[in-house]
Amino acid sequence: MNIDKRLVRRDSLEKLFDILKQNSKKIYAPFLKNGKTTFRDAESFAMISTGHIQTTESSKDIAFPRTEKILDYSKGKDGLVVKGIDLENLPGVILWGVRPCDAVGIGALSSIFNWDYKDEIYNSRLLQVTVFGFSCNKSDEYCFCTSVGGTPGNTAGSDILFTRMGEDGDYLAEILTDKGITVVLMAPDLFEKSEIAEKEKFLAVVPVRFNNKEISEKLDKFFESKVWNDQSLICLGCGACAYVCPTCACFDIQDEAHGKSGSRIRCWDSCGFSHFTLHTSGHNPRAIQSARWRQRIMHKFSYMPERLSVFGCTGCGRCSRACPADMNILENLISIQEVTL
Amino acid sequence: MVDLIKRAKELIETSAVRVVIGYEQGIGNKTRALFVEKAEDAGKLIFDSRCVQNLAVYITKKEIKEKGKMAIAATLPVMRSIIQLASEFQVNDNNLLVLGITAESKLIEFANLVEVETFVHQYQIEIDARNKEMLDKLGKMTQAERWKFWIDELAPCFKCYACRAACPMCYCHRCTVDFNQPQWIPVPSHELGNLEWHIMRAMHLTGRCIDCDACYNACPLSIPINLLTKKMLEDAKEHFGGYQPSLKGDHLMSTYKPDDKENFIH
Amino acid sequence: MMDNLYMPYPMRIERITYEAPGVKTFMLKFVNEADQDKFSYKAGQFGEYSVYGVGESTFCIASTPTRKGYIECTFRQTGKVTNALSGCEEGSIIGFRGPYGNVFPIDEWKGNSLLFIAGGIALPPMRCVIWNALDLRENFKDVTIIYGARTVKDLVYKEELKDWELRKDVKLITTVDPGGESPDWSGEIGFVPTIVEKIAPSSKDTIAIVCGPPVMIKYTFPVLAKLGFADENIYTTLENRMKCGFGKCGRCNVGKVYVCKDGPVFSLAQLKELPDEY
Repeated sequence: MNIDKRLVRRDSLEKLFDILKQNSKKIYAPFLKNGKTTFRDAESFAMISTGHIQTTESSKDIAFPRTEKILDYSKGKDGLVVKGIDLENLPGVILWGVRPCDAVGIGALSSIFNWDYKDEIYNSRLLQVTVFGFSCNKSDEYCFCTSVGGTPGNTAGSDILFTRMGEDGDYLAEILTDKGITVVLMAPDLFEKSEIAEKEKFLAVVPVRFNNKEISEKLDKFFESKVWNDQSLICLGCGACAYVCPTCACFDIQDEAHGKSGSRIRCWDSCGFSHFTLHTSGHNPRAIQSARWRQRIMHKFSYMPERLSVFGCTGCGRCSRACPADMNILENLISIQEVTL
Repeated sequence: MVDLIKRAKELIETSAVRVVIGYEQGIGNKTRALFVEKAEDAGKLIFDSRCVQNLAVYITKKEIKEKGKMAIAATLPVMRSIIQLASEFQVNDNNLLVLGITAESKLIEFANLVEVETFVHQYQIEIDARNKEMLDKLGKMTQAERWKFWIDELAPCFKCYACRAACPMCYCHRCTVDFNQPQWIPVPSHELGNLEWHIMRAMHLTGRCIDCDACYNACPLSIPINLLTKKMLEDAKEHFGGYQPSLKGDHLMSTYKPDDKENFIH
Repeated sequence: MMDNLYMPYPMRIERITYEAPGVKTFMLKFVNEADQDKFSYKAGQFGEYSVYGVGESTFCIASTPTRKGYIECTFRQTGKVTNALSGCEEGSIIGFRGPYGNVFPIDEWKGNSLLFIAGGIALPPMRCVIWNALDLRENFKDVTIIYGARTVKDLVYKEELKDWELRKDVKLITTVDPGGESPDWSGEIGFVPTIVEKIAPSSKDTIAIVCGPPVMIKYTFPVLAKLGFADENIYTTLENRMKCGFGKCGRCNVGKVYVCKDGPVFSLAQLKELPDEY
């Protein structure tokens, strides 16, 4: 397909924001608080954070919320009444300011949520989301998108990808999907015809640090390796890495009762927690942290590629930035690549 | 830290300890924990102002404990944690050697935990000026304002439990949040679940928290949860004359004293 | 309304059978006939059973698909949900979603003898396939059931055990751990692997299905190997912790295998390919 490329003037972005707001779109955008950036419902353009290399949290919350109802029930005089949640009136959402390594994660999440069983809760939410990707013109030592098949200007997962042409420059907008076209039609004047074809020179340079296919093949015989113990000795066993990850999708299902009614809730969970696999009997198939760390890496770089044909890592580096013990996934992957069996 | 490296090397070489816990250079400007088990790795040890992670958290970690006797490079907050842990029977002279690091970055090797305690007791736990100001501000708020402040601050919390994981005092194998019969704290992260988790955490740390800020430093979203434990410290000062970890283990919140001002127990 | 994967079928508890201390069997009927019409399952599959306001719990369907109109489950009261289930009365409505997972390849076993070996509360995952085989009895040669529990009281399905004992086309051996016998106990006394070794069933054209606590399984496999059973002819079920049941929640991995989708039924040959993560 010939991608439609348009020019969006640097001062037109705010106008676009306002037009979308007038069209009663909810806009989720990076928001800076306590020095960290999370995606929030943005009331004004001025609220949006732009200085970050990467948001602290990924944007997966929009289609896969940390906590969401999957059904409601009530026990009354008519007996038990159970209602599913209304998936047909979910609000349209613009996800604004998503980095390409975040947008591409939607593909991995979608693979998980549609593996044989189609998860219509996730799918319905995603259907309402229009993704405004913003290419990266800066990167840091945590970034490794190019090692896992991405680039700082990767279009995958975005409906429109904006690339800023130089500091304080105008934007090149690549209109990638029908959802993107719908947005253009709302504000046609802001998306000018453009002759610019080349965006590469405006993108950050992220060197390739390892070969993910090689790692994937290697992991197949790596289950008993001692690297898992060596690498995870500093691991504190929290879920920070999983919760900031754009592709981690492990969840828990919990009931919450309030008197005679209540809800069943799906909420995030993490393979790093010791209780994740604990049986009621007390038996735990992954009783030590190294087994849990192995699961995290294996799942992303071996099991998902083999079972779902997609890598469970986009190279965003969030897990390493968020880790309170400074465990670094890039460093650990490189060491796996270098270790001989 | 030439002294530390030299001493760590000796301790390993003479098999005085099996592992020395210290810091090494991490990624970028970060530092991280290092477990020295071979003499040749001692050279990786560093110490500077960036080394703030409370290493005492690793003393109770199963995989580290299993290695045998430990030595630990301990700053004042780490030493305080160790004394508190010792008073809770989590560590003792047989399994831990403390290599103290003073505020002037001087190495002091303690013969035993009593010496560590004596050193620790020279200093009162003082809340830093910036946080003190914040606590005063919170104290002056109306109840409604304070409620809003906490609801806003805790809203982004996704319950990754990094605060719990980074805290040396949160060593319980089964935390209150992990109990489900009854379900004391809701599992999902939502307004009530987040509030209850953080309030419960602060309550369980009162009279045990040594104000190292590990919880706050670990929080990936930098939520100022340490304000809760700091407030409890202030209250401890007001109602019980202050808190200082001690080997005697007369825990502030769980020890009855005849001169306690509450009269419900008399 | 689109299909919601997490929406359970409402089921009425038709009958509760007290099996052993803390162990009950529920016979469940679909509240909505339309649900029952579209529902089908095979022996080996499992489901998520729920008490609204408390949560969901995973266990196998213990009834045989050859008998229509209801399903049965047997559970031991251990955790939050099984405690709540245990408190339910006949006539109450609970939730059920499923069936999930793979099945015992009972069609492939045609013409063979079947040897069932179960311990304690692990008879339920096998009961579905025992009854399935007995309902299609002409398809199989000998059927042998070796079942053990810690004590006489802990044996489940006591009525069915009597039935099987009386049947001429079933060879039933029951055993209890030493010290677990009652004065009138006439069965074997000894651990399951020991009894298997003593009975020494023939491995000729025989499929062995083994379910039980890990330690029983661990010591039974070598006995079967000694008796000449090939790994391909020994089956068991795994019971890793699960939440969703359909390959998404990420809990039940044993290496690259998802117990909820690739299992719970595995041959010993398959198990030997897997890491020890169960």
